[in-house]
Amino acid sequence: MNEAVVIPMEHGLLLAAILFLIGLLGVLVRRNIILILMSLEIMLNACGLAFIVAGAHWGIADGQIMFMLILSIAAAEVSVGLGLLLQAHRRFGSLDIDQASRMRG
Amino acid sequence: MLELGLFYIAATVSLVSTVLAVTRYNAAHALIYLIISLLASAIIFYLVGAPFAAVLEVVIYAGAIMVLFVFVIMLLNLGQSGNVAEHVLLRPGMWIFPSVLCVILFVEIVYVLQSAERLLKGVVVGPKDVGLELFGPYVLAVEIASMLLLAGLVGAYHLGRRYFIDVRDQPTPPPSAVLSGDDHE
Repeated sequence: MNEAVVIPMEHGLLLAAILFLIGLLGVLVRRNIILILMSLEIMLNACGLAFIVAGAHWGIADGQIMFMLILSIAAAEVSVGLGLLLQAHRRFGSLDIDQASRMRG
Repeated sequence: MLELGLFYIAATVSLVSTVLAVTRYNAAHALIYLIISLLASAIIFYLVGAPFAAVLEVVIYAGAIMVLFVFVIMLLNLGQSGNVAEHVLLRPGMWIFPSVLCVILFVEIVYVLQSAERLLKGVVVGPKDVGLELFGPYVLAVEIASMLLLAGLVGAYHLGRRYFIDVRDQPTPPPSAVLSGDDHE
């Protein structure tokens, strides 16, 4: 057993799954819009971690490319989400997402 | 074996800081823990042999995207309540645990960088391989990502303007009035 000690893929994927679940719980439980956006970031980061670990397991670059695409998705999502957050703060005066439970056309 | 130990330390730091980020009351505290979680993820990326992704994680995720969150939190914490929040934020007790986590990660990254040659025995996929793949078979995905970023830019610019509140305050403004009134703000 003197060959390369590689991190087992199952443990990396397990870490990614746990991080994803923490982020999902954050989205479901928290009512602050900023914290909901942060939990979405945690979920996206967990997806990227899963891609990187899987790509490293086979020694190919595709995992990192998928991570870069996830990165651009996260950047676009956060910019639009924070713009919506500013509008919600102007309109409702608070960052509670329950304030926006009633939609008016 | 050592690499495995470093991986488990970074994974533990990542899990602990993520749980703390989701459960904080104060958004600024949650942001600190979230940044620590992203730094731990960057170390994990480096350990599994993806140095380019690790750099991108630090520069773009922990740098640019988190700075957006900092901007918005600072933007919304105006006035007296902002001062009170900052007073709470600068209390030493709030800084001890994030500092401990950061020091763990810092020691780990210093150790990894000093012994990178004999530590990274797995396959390392460097930036050159990623770039060759990115502008070879994945060039369409790059174009789609650029369109997505452009759409995000336009959406953020549109949503960041102020005229929505004016439309609600005035009873029924004609569209031309809304557009011309918008220019003065």
